[in-house]
Amino acid sequence: MIRENQRRFSFDWVIIIIYLLLIGFGYLNIMSASHEGEITNYLDMSESYGKQLVFMGLSVVLIVLILSVEAKFYERFASIIYVVAILSLLGLFVFGKDINGARSWYGIGSMTIQPSEFAKFATALAVAKYISDIQTNLKTIRDQLKAAALIFLPALLILLQNDAGSTLVYASFFFVFYREGLQQIYIIIGFSLLILAVLALKYGLTITGLLAALIIFGVYFLKRKRNNSIFKPILILIVSLIFASGVKLFYNNILKPHQQNRISLWLRLEKDPAKLERMKKAEAYNLIQSEEAISAGGFWGKGFMQGTRTTGKFVPEQDTDYIFSTVGEEWGFLGSSFVVILFVFLIIRIIYLAENQKSQFSRVYGYSVASIFFLHFTINIGMVMGLIPTVGIPLPFISYGGSGLWSFTILLFIFVKLDSNKINEW
Amino acid sequence: MRKLLLLTLVVFVGLAFIARLYYLQVYDASSYNPLDDSAVRKVFTYPKRGYVYDRNGELLVANQPSYDVMVIPREVEPLDTLEFCSLLKITKEDFIKTYTKAKAYSPRLPYVFLSNLSKDDYAFLQEKMRKYDGFYIQKRSIRTYRKTIGANVLGDIGEVNQSIIDKDAYYGKGDLIGKQGIEKTYEKILRGVKGTKFIQKDRFNRDLGPFKDGKYDTIAKPGKDITITIDSKLQEYGELLMTNKRGGIIAIEPSSGEILAMISGPTYNPNLLVGRNRSKNFNKLYNDSLAQPLFDRGLQAMYPPGSPFKTLNALIGLQEGVVTPQDKFRCNLGFKYGNQRMGCHVHRSPADMNLGIYESCNAYFGNVYLKIMDKYQSRVEAMDKWSAHVRSFGLGDYLNNDLSVGQPGKIPTSQTYNRAYGEGKWYPTFTVSNAIGQGEVLTTPIQLANMAAAIGNRGYYYTPHIIKEIEDDTIPSKFTTPKYTTIDKKHFEPVVQGMFDVYNKGTAKMLKVPGIEICGKTGTAENFAIIDSVKTQLTDHSIFVAFAPKDNPKIAIAVFIENGYFGSRFAGKIASLMIEKYLRNEITRTDLENFVLRYSLEHEYKKPYSGEPFGINRETILDPISEEEFEELQRKKRRIERVND
Ligand SMILES: [Zn+2]
Repeated sequence: MIRENQRRFSFDWVIIIIYLLLIGFGYLNIMSASHEGEITNYLDMSESYGKQLVFMGLSVVLIVLILSVEAKFYERFASIIYVVAILSLLGLFVFGKDINGARSWYGIGSMTIQPSEFAKFATALAVAKYISDIQTNLKTIRDQLKAAALIFLPALLILLQNDAGSTLVYASFFFVFYREGLQQIYIIIGFSLLILAVLALKYGLTITGLLAALIIFGVYFLKRKRNNSIFKPILILIVSLIFASGVKLFYNNILKPHQQNRISLWLRLEKDPAKLERMKKAEAYNLIQSEEAISAGGFWGKGFMQGTRTTGKFVPEQDTDYIFSTVGEEWGFLGSSFVVILFVFLIIRIIYLAENQKSQFSRVYGYSVASIFFLHFTINIGMVMGLIPTVGIPLPFISYGGSGLWSFTILLFIFVKLDSNKINEW
Repeated sequence: MRKLLLLTLVVFVGLAFIARLYYLQVYDASSYNPLDDSAVRKVFTYPKRGYVYDRNGELLVANQPSYDVMVIPREVEPLDTLEFCSLLKITKEDFIKTYTKAKAYSPRLPYVFLSNLSKDDYAFLQEKMRKYDGFYIQKRSIRTYRKTIGANVLGDIGEVNQSIIDKDAYYGKGDLIGKQGIEKTYEKILRGVKGTKFIQKDRFNRDLGPFKDGKYDTIAKPGKDITITIDSKLQEYGELLMTNKRGGIIAIEPSSGEILAMISGPTYNPNLLVGRNRSKNFNKLYNDSLAQPLFDRGLQAMYPPGSPFKTLNALIGLQEGVVTPQDKFRCNLGFKYGNQRMGCHVHRSPADMNLGIYESCNAYFGNVYLKIMDKYQSRVEAMDKWSAHVRSFGLGDYLNNDLSVGQPGKIPTSQTYNRAYGEGKWYPTFTVSNAIGQGEVLTTPIQLANMAAAIGNRGYYYTPHIIKEIEDDTIPSKFTTPKYTTIDKKHFEPVVQGMFDVYNKGTAKMLKVPGIEICGKTGTAENFAIIDSVKTQLTDHSIFVAFAPKDNPKIAIAVFIENGYFGSRFAGKIASLMIEKYLRNEITRTDLENFVLRYSLEHEYKKPYSGEPFGINRETILDPISEEEFEELQRKKRRIERVND
């Protein structure tokens, strides 16, 4: 009897409560954002709020399934799940369905399923399995490349299906690798490249080059040790310049015009007022409407189902990627901050629990979950508030969509299961 | 360190988001107002504008529907311009011009694209307009004038100016507002209060239904009907008499200050300033610098009043005790004062007050005036005493009434002469022209009519006003409170008798209306025009002031006819006819009527512009209109009589 009780209550209730709060709050906002006129039937399957209720019901079934499966199952079958996910991504090239220019869905009757969503937890499992392998040492280039391959494969497939937003999520594994031993230099290089790219686009090659030279030689002269060759900083500078030019070239020649415009809007590169006006009606339209809706909420918000911009459907995709603008308008600063705080707590809680795992597999998986949520949270809300360029990815648990809800639920509850099992691993 | 990177980033991002939310929602946001919400459409409901009735309950101004084609430039989709233009019967240039203006005004606000469609056009277009996104037809209410009279009284409504919109939050672009006349003075009462409906819209600008179940909506309050003091029959008759003449007629009911008629010639059909052609017609009237139809001569024309003003000097003399009705003054074709002379005409001499008034003797009033001035030790005191008496009759300042235009006239004070001649360097002999209503004295016809009313009332008047009744409201008390002159009641009888004798034995004895005791006074005003930069005298203005009956007068009147020559020639005849018309509703002196209708002064008005030398006053001849035109006027007169009975 005592054992039974311990087992039942060893699930982390903090995570479960935050999960329920987010899902419930998400549902209310989906109702606001998608309803037309009075809601008469909450299970109206032609409306988002009706479907979402069903998705939520099925999520409960999923949770029960996940939690009742033996914890060892996930480690043991990680590879197979990963392979199935990769195959389902490959299958899209043959059986996939085009929606909004991205070939990311399977159509089953009137339902659609987006395998890229499920590939996230599959990849997380595979990464956890690979890193926790006794023979893996992330300090070696060879294993680093192998681990990277695990990520690049699904990321590449998703990119080829024209879903740039979902591809970007796979960058979150960077944090996992770093936690598990990847050298610090990668982080430094990663951030440096990010800064270089932004500088090159915003201020051009000359200024970027001069700045890079200043910093590189500055560091070189300050930290000069014996025998340090002058050629090393020169080489770094040359590589930086090549990278910066590459970014420029990529921006000018490879990116599609709408992608260019998104970045141009974010970095405020466009100075021609006529073109800016045109962009405001096209690429910037969503963002402007979304920011206006959030602003209109004020401190207290206009109240549930009371947002004029939400009711008037001023913000496109407001039940999916732009759901946070509904939160902003109807629940105000109070409600929006609440959502932000819930996410921060959720992620911190996962990191905390992950650090306390006895098995490396559980820890790495937990860390992957936290990183994936972090990236979704940062990119989605950052985009809706105009802090980063427009990238279309959902806000976990709040945005409308079955595949998303299920994949995030699976992602989270596999960790809840692994965490609950740590007692048994003594 | 490795454990901290993600943790730090999560906290950092969380804080950054909350800061951004604070900036967007608290720091940068102002309190919510549905009027500023671009997701909410504001639709105004315009109340019925109040009707205007005359003193006998006759409807003068009502409303009629008008249909305007509106455009919201932002919502316009590419269209077949040629087809569209032919539907609206406009040219492509018109289309481009108006559309450009609408866009410049605002891309998202409605703009009147084409105003005042006919009813037939509306019925035809209503269906077709659906095809053109961004265009729609809006119904509005505009004025309709049941009688084509009193344009200067009734005024008109038109689109409100930007300067008023900036000052008064009530008005928005395209709203109608009273521009002239009672429409302007009683704008707030007539217009009512417009209502506002808030409608939730979606991003395609489609209506989704009432915003918050109409919580913020306000209901339009209808404008109130008003009754004005005008007697439309009298007004219409006066306007007929004014045909081919320029000038003003003001008739007042002395016992109340109600304005019975307010005629300005030339006038125009008030319906000209209704609807689509309003601005075109307005500009035409506005730019007619010769006839100046928009210049309300009854209210705005300032001239030396001449002889009618003498009655006031008689009253002041009596009040100051410097003269009695029996005192006589010698007149030898005028009189000498100092080393100057003031001329007069042939009449019995010496003259007492009665004779002085009905013969309009300059010598008599010159002497009385000098006696008033000599009464006080100080010239300044005497002058100001005199001035105060005159001003107590409502002269020399705005009447402060409810008419949209007016002039103060001018009554000199000691300061006037101090300024002109230097402090104390003037003598009563300098100002003696004031005795006979010339010199520095200027009055408007409405002031003279009011003066006549005050004399008829024996010492008080009510501020002349145009409002008689306001639906569910009272008229301002300033119109129902008598204003007393500085002359005691007992002094009026000799002056009234003198004015009565003007009709019995004096300058108006040819104008007598059998059975009605009229008191009057003729007058003329010299006037000048600048022709080729030479100041040239023109034929005198004909002036007449009267009230009737002698006791408990029902009507006081001032008539002023530009270049009509002596007072009884035109002004006196018109005054007698107006009095008879009002008191008896029929004309027995048809000879006077025929004279007034038959003789035009148009040739007189053309003289200064003819470029040829011309004669004035005695050298003018009466110019009859053609027999056909005369017949036409007679027919018009009979039509008025028929309709009004
Ligand atoms: Zn005389």
